[in-house]
Amino acid sequence: MTTATNIVRISKVIKDFKLSKTIVHVLKGVDLEIKTGEYISIMGPSGSGKTTLFNMIGGLDKPTSGSVFIDEIDISQLDAYELAWLRCRKIGYIFQTFNIIQVMTALENVTLPMIFAGVSDDEAREKGMDLLDIVGLKKRFQHKPFELSGGQQQRVAVARALANDPAIILADEPTGNLDLTTGDEIIKLLKMLSREKGVTIISATHDLKMLNVSDRVIWISDGRIEKIENRDELSISLGQIGEKWE
Amino acid sequence: MVQKNKSKSTLPEKQVVLPFVKSIEIAIKSIRSRIFRTLITTMSLILAISFYSYIKTNSHIITGIFFSGDKIAIQTLSHQGYELPDEGEAYTTTPKERWILFLSLLVCVVGIVNTQLMAVSDRFREIGTMKCLGALDRFILRLFLIEATLQGLIGSAIGALAGAVISMTGSLIKFGTMAFVFVNLNDIVISIAASVFLGCFLSIVGVLYPALLAARMRPVEAMRGRD
Repeated sequence: MTTATNIVRISKVIKDFKLSKTIVHVLKGVDLEIKTGEYISIMGPSGSGKTTLFNMIGGLDKPTSGSVFIDEIDISQLDAYELAWLRCRKIGYIFQTFNIIQVMTALENVTLPMIFAGVSDDEAREKGMDLLDIVGLKKRFQHKPFELSGGQQQRVAVARALANDPAIILADEPTGNLDLTTGDEIIKLLKMLSREKGVTIISATHDLKMLNVSDRVIWISDGRIEKIENRDELSISLGQIGEKWE
Repeated sequence: MVQKNKSKSTLPEKQVVLPFVKSIEIAIKSIRSRIFRTLITTMSLILAISFYSYIKTNSHIITGIFFSGDKIAIQTLSHQGYELPDEGEAYTTTPKERWILFLSLLVCVVGIVNTQLMAVSDRFREIGTMKCLGALDRFILRLFLIEATLQGLIGSAIGALAGAVISMTGSLIKFGTMAFVFVNLNDIVISIAASVFLGCFLSIVGVLYPALLAARMRPVEAMRGRD
């Protein structure tokens, strides 16, 4: 990437949770910089603070101390309206459980964020169809989620995440509920988007195939960043060179 | 696609919107795809409001007969066990009737609160997802309120008409056509309208707490492993 601006900057983030009387230190001082267009994987055992860090970046949770900057805006300073705007326009979410809105068709799911963003009906519809085309579901735009397979639902979720041309896509174990082949397809799709649209992709994962396409892998353990590996180092440490998708 | 976020060091502007027409569209969709749950919520409303409308219509009909001054008809009335008012006063509902009415409306509201709370926890994930996509608290609140208003309108319209029809049929059987000769139809129409209004009001009162709960929910909580 030629544009080496930091889209995400996390500075000395500490997060504590109160569990009845004890205080649990989930994040113990995390510093991280993510550049525009990078494909980042966050790895770590469950309970390591991975999801918490994720929620911080997504503006879903606020740090106890420290700051999270998205596009050099400190998001803990934002009020509810501005946070909603950030979620709507800057960040696209992809979840492990797809979270397609059950009562809406594929197309309606994709256009919903655009409606929130104030895009006109026709424009949203047109763009929604384009996005469904990109994820290969154009013919199924009328389908309700229960008529779609898991992989197809996740594709709809990817299209929905792209609706407002976000700068960042946050994917929390996007392949966690999918079989190997379908998972592969989602990974390919994400990689393609990162390359063609220049979207920054940050994904939490256990999936080794996901690591192969990542520019950097961030290992988290016990609330701290244990190590950050670039892809070239990674290939060696995993003992395989996953250039299959290049 | 070229990213358009080069010079965004200013704070984002407040511009997340959900047009009212869209809210209604989403609410209708939601009602239609959860028709069974909607029916249960609406059913308690139909029953309570039809009871209310029945009592009201009855009292109008009895007032009508009473004012007719028809001796035989008034005798039939007291044979039926109605407590007739003094000369010149309108027939009103008895305290017992009012008490039962109050109880039935109360039970109805409690029932609505109950089913709506269920509906909210059922839709945790949906609400959380919407918030992740940029929905504001008041979008969620509005969706629930619109749904409740629509349910209230439909449920109480059915209930009010059913109550009035049952009451009129009953009177027709008891008193014959005389029941309709003296009754003021305007009064009946007004009491049906009042029943519909009351039903909507109860439906909204019932959804208020569940809807606030849903709207205030933080997206993180919604996302946290619930199916």
